[in-house]
Amino acid sequence: MSNPDSGTAARHPQVARSGGDFNRQAGLRLLAYAAAGIAALVALMALLSGFGGGSGTAKAIDYERNSITLALRQEPPQMDSTKLTDQVSGMINGHVSEGLLRYDENNQLAPGVAERWEVTETNATFWLREDARWSDGSPITAHDFIFAWRKVLEPANASEYAFFLYPIKNGEAINNGTMAPETLGARALDDRTIEIEFENPIAYFEKLAAYSTYAPIKESFYESTNGRYGADADTMLYSGPFMITRWVHGASMIMERNPHYWNPERISLDRINFAYITSDTNATLNLFKADSIAYTALSTDNLPDALNQRFDMDRFMDGSVFYIGFNYRDGRATQNWHLRRALQLVNDPSELINKVIKIPGYLPGESLFPVWLKGVDGFFRQEYPAPVADRNIAEARREIALAKEQLGVTELPPLMLLSGEDPLSSRMAEYYQELFRRTLGLDVRLDKQIFKQRLAKMTAGDYDMVMAGWGPDFDDPLTFGDLMSSWNLNNRGRYNNPELDRWVRLAQSSLDQQVRMDAFGEIQRILYEDIVVLYQYERGQIYVTNPALKGMVRRAVGPDPDFSNARIVRTDTAG
Amino acid sequence: MGRYVIKRLIQGVITVWFIATATFWAMHQVPGDPLSNEKAVTPEIRANLEARYGLDQPPLTQYGIYLKNLLRGDFGISFTQQNREVNDIIREHFPVSATLGILAILFAASGGVLWGALTALYRNRLPDVIIMFLVILFISVPSFVIAALTQLLLVKTNDVLGFSILPVAGWGTFTHMIAPALVLGLGTMAYLTRLMRSSMLEVVNTDYVRTAKAKGLPAARIFTKHQLRNAVLPVITVLGPAIAAITTGGFVVELIFAIPGLGRYFVEAVQQLDYTVIMGTTVFYGAFLVFMVIVVDLVYGFIDPRVRVS
Amino acid sequence: MAEITLDQDPGARPLGQSAFEPIHTQQQAQGLSRPSLSYWQDAWIRLKANRRAIISLWIVVALLAFTLIGPLLWRIDPAAQDVDQVSQSPFASRDALLVAPLEPWDLRALALAPPVTDLTLAEPATTQSVRLHWAQLPGVTGYRIYRNIFPADPDRALGLPLGEYLTPDRVTFEDRLDLKTQTYYYTVIGVTPQGLDRSRLQSLEVTPVRAITRAEAQRKGLLAEGDDVPLGTTLKLKRHPLGTDYLGRDMLARLMEGARVSLFIGICAPLLFVAFGVLYGAIAGFAGGVTDQIMMRVADFVVALPFLLFMILFKIAFGIGPGESGIMPMLIALVLLSWPATARLVRGQILQIREEGYISAAQLLGARTNYLVLRHMIPNTMGVILVTLTFAVPSAIFTEAFLSFIGMGVAPPTPSWGSMSNEGIKTMLSHPHELIFPALFISVTVLAFNLLGDGLRDALDARMRSRE
Repeated sequence: MSNPDSGTAARHPQVARSGGDFNRQAGLRLLAYAAAGIAALVALMALLSGFGGGSGTAKAIDYERNSITLALRQEPPQMDSTKLTDQVSGMINGHVSEGLLRYDENNQLAPGVAERWEVTETNATFWLREDARWSDGSPITAHDFIFAWRKVLEPANASEYAFFLYPIKNGEAINNGTMAPETLGARALDDRTIEIEFENPIAYFEKLAAYSTYAPIKESFYESTNGRYGADADTMLYSGPFMITRWVHGASMIMERNPHYWNPERISLDRINFAYITSDTNATLNLFKADSIAYTALSTDNLPDALNQRFDMDRFMDGSVFYIGFNYRDGRATQNWHLRRALQLVNDPSELINKVIKIPGYLPGESLFPVWLKGVDGFFRQEYPAPVADRNIAEARREIALAKEQLGVTELPPLMLLSGEDPLSSRMAEYYQELFRRTLGLDVRLDKQIFKQRLAKMTAGDYDMVMAGWGPDFDDPLTFGDLMSSWNLNNRGRYNNPELDRWVRLAQSSLDQQVRMDAFGEIQRILYEDIVVLYQYERGQIYVTNPALKGMVRRAVGPDPDFSNARIVRTDTAG
Repeated sequence: MGRYVIKRLIQGVITVWFIATATFWAMHQVPGDPLSNEKAVTPEIRANLEARYGLDQPPLTQYGIYLKNLLRGDFGISFTQQNREVNDIIREHFPVSATLGILAILFAASGGVLWGALTALYRNRLPDVIIMFLVILFISVPSFVIAALTQLLLVKTNDVLGFSILPVAGWGTFTHMIAPALVLGLGTMAYLTRLMRSSMLEVVNTDYVRTAKAKGLPAARIFTKHQLRNAVLPVITVLGPAIAAITTGGFVVELIFAIPGLGRYFVEAVQQLDYTVIMGTTVFYGAFLVFMVIVVDLVYGFIDPRVRVS
Repeated sequence: MAEITLDQDPGARPLGQSAFEPIHTQQQAQGLSRPSLSYWQDAWIRLKANRRAIISLWIVVALLAFTLIGPLLWRIDPAAQDVDQVSQSPFASRDALLVAPLEPWDLRALALAPPVTDLTLAEPATTQSVRLHWAQLPGVTGYRIYRNIFPADPDRALGLPLGEYLTPDRVTFEDRLDLKTQTYYYTVIGVTPQGLDRSRLQSLEVTPVRAITRAEAQRKGLLAEGDDVPLGTTLKLKRHPLGTDYLGRDMLARLMEGARVSLFIGICAPLLFVAFGVLYGAIAGFAGGVTDQIMMRVADFVVALPFLLFMILFKIAFGIGPGESGIMPMLIALVLLSWPATARLVRGQILQIREEGYISAAQLLGARTNYLVLRHMIPNTMGVILVTLTFAVPSAIFTEAFLSFIGMGVAPPTPSWGSMSNEGIKTMLSHPHELIFPALFISVTVLAFNLLGDGLRDALDARMRSRE
């Protein structure tokens, strides 16, 4: 779109025949001008190259500097841990910040700043290690945690993830402004001991403590940034293995080894250079091909190209579950069980994965509880297998007839399917629209909206069906299990089932794992029998990494991908 | 002259106010909620957020605050990057877009004049046919297709050569700028080539060129002093709109080449419904364009006595 | 200026009688050698002489026929999906083998008699599924199954990681992932505690045949209801002359539907904003004075709005409801932002024409305003308007394509050339036809309108006419 209005003169009058001599001389002169022009242009470019700063010409793997180059999917909005909500910020935060606990390379909870801890039904105590240091060399103390937590709960700070701290006594009341921050049930007994009193008994507090919202912040430094904490590389302090040394917004971010990190043995890389910020997977694959970045995820569309390039691929499941949610508000046809049953009977998640998504690593959706969740002893889904409905179009049509009968209509009203704007979800929406039309004769109208408008419509209940997904916040089935409880604000379809609510309450309050898992099993059954949602898939990912980069950790819960344990191993093929 | 400049400047300020108002009200028509996020928040947290951004005020009050801040040159705090000011965002990203735009314009203008003059000299001969074919190609193929193909071409070339002649994407050194600037300038260059060609052909037939030839002036001198100089004038007159189109039209190139420019930022802000960034960017770009047009108009007066301003 | 009077002229002769005799009126001063031509006839003749413009005109006509008549001839539903034939190139084979519907793989028999051979096919490979089994490897803790498009090579990448087993006794694998009629190389590799055991990989070359079930064939109209053709018969699938898209929809039908959107926006938006601009400019031009001043100031404001930014802003401000295509918001936004250029142009023309000698002459001869407008103003501005209109089409088409590219275009499932190219760009390496065709249509349309505009301008240019 760079050509402006092309409406001005271009005429072709008769031209006097010019002699060849004239042409040659004029042409030469023209070439001389051109050469001068190009020289000036190059000089100007060199001059202007100071602006912006960014990618440089780093190679994917820099053996000399012990450094890797990567691309970020998007710019982290800010690195203020009290306001972190998105996945990219969470990933970076996992490298530059360490809370009381962390997830290790085997995805097990490991000691972080706390060297040991004790959790009972009503209390938790954390003992901090002596050698934990901020990147300015000062010790990380219990007060830094208490300050950060109060900050998260401070109403004026408007932290969106404040509810993560609600298990701490008075947390919710403080956040609502009804109690003073000093009343928070978390106290620093001394510089190195934190004692926490719970609002209610809680079985998974350790897992919460590893979450970024629980990260420490040093008060004196925070106050010195004048509300710009975490907005730039130099307006935050780092407690993790790396620290951000350069952050050019929208362009690049460089992380270097934190010299004051208490456990230097676990880090091998000296530098991680996020030299590009782009969400375009074709661009990142191009960068990978050009040996400019060491890792990229692949998409449905560029998978064949990567295959052609003979790149080594790996797969990974990111732990999130995707489904079509229904609207249960009054007056919506989707309140009708038979209609939902009909949709369930034509929904074939494996067809969706094999023919539309086309990425190995995705699993057909069968349950709201993904396969990686742990149960009592083994995996939850092995202990409590999910019931599955096979595609049965004839049966589905009978259900549609029943639905019409119950609703007292001869023709079902058009169903609004709300979807996001990313290419994959609008593709899936198109697929479902045609599937429901072809098999059931339903008139499905697509409503593709940008993120915030989709959320607004979901909250207002302005839809019948919505393509939604849910990722885990902590490593416990409850992170999925309470999603459809009547009080959960993320239950935007307002599904309300007292029986399900009862099981959720039990799972929340009980400390007996067997009782809790049984409750989740019941929740899974109700979700299936009442067809609360239509399962689509558990998301997978196919990615390529430079063969010289080893030890990158993928995980469903916590910062992903995690390069803090990564190392460079010289290979023969890698240049 | 001084009065004229002042008059134009006052008009410019009024225009910027108009743009700011139009943006504000357009923004408040947008359905959706900039404060919503993946995870629903409690009404209390939400109220805290609204207070932080002044969204709890009635629209007219918001408009007043917005204008007052605008007068002070303060665009507010970003909704998505909660600890960053829109002013910082513009300060950091506009130079990138501007650099890209300047390069593209220079490239387009110099290329357009060069190729246009060449095609006119070699009218209906091979160079003319080839160049005009390319020109038509670049005018009719959408810029995002050209940008994507260019990136692909770079990958292939670097692959074949075994080393990187030009980076595939990114920003920083001047090698990063070449490909995106070329792509961004191509459409305009094609258009200017056509313009230059017809303008040259028109000049060839003028009396003063014939006179010069009759006088026996050397061909190169006629070419530079009489033909080129006069033919370039119409090209210069369209540079104003072209600058506008290029500086605000860099979205595609910035998106595909992963360049941290303001255009890409704007698109992302729109998707995130980041009110303050959208309004700030639009008003800033609007003001930039308004004053660019004034500057260009004034400059014409110096270049071409025929259009000297009253 | 010096005053010149007759008597001061030294060469003056006294006027005689002869000076007052009437000159012979010449009845036939100039014979009309050609029939009289109206402005439009003349323009048409000159346009016809311009080969490029005429070809472009025919292309435009062909495009309109493609859009309007095409769907009547090519009666394939552009929305009909066929997930078994996604992203198929125009030249793909159309043969399909009639098979029974896919049943879940019964693994009980295999559990009783575990496979003893290396990697083999358990059943003939079709595009429905490829079922593999292999003998259990000693000393492994699990397996990984890969699928490649190159023969297996232990030292190189093994391809798509289809699956990973964590137990040594699972020795079957079913692949249903996007199977095409091409050669695949499956590899099974044992996982040992030390990592992948690349020395003992097993590989198998498999070329699935395209399969179709009876129900599918009947649904697609390849078989009549109750047609008892035996299983194993080869059927011919429907032809997709331009291939299929990412959901197996017919590209030709989609392009026709997309043409409706792209050309609708490309032609209607310019028609509307040029019409509005003409009206606005004419009113301002005729009214003059303060009205003119105010009207032109307003136009200046609109011109100053950054076009693309406001296109995007308006687009989201209007919003697209469920089931809507979003064409109307785009049209309105285009009209709202694009009219001032025409208005300025027309106003300028009107002001200029008002000052022309022939207008004064006509007024002196007693012509009324109606006559002036109909006879002089309209014909003399019509040319400019027509040319503006022609050149506005390509830029409207580009705007639509651009908005679609950044995801602010028409909403799916409505296709437009812009949104189709945007989808195509993502897969341009693996399925180039999905980009080439829509991009080609955009380019040809833009080119045709540009060349036609050039031709029209040359043909309608009054300056050129006077030069002949």
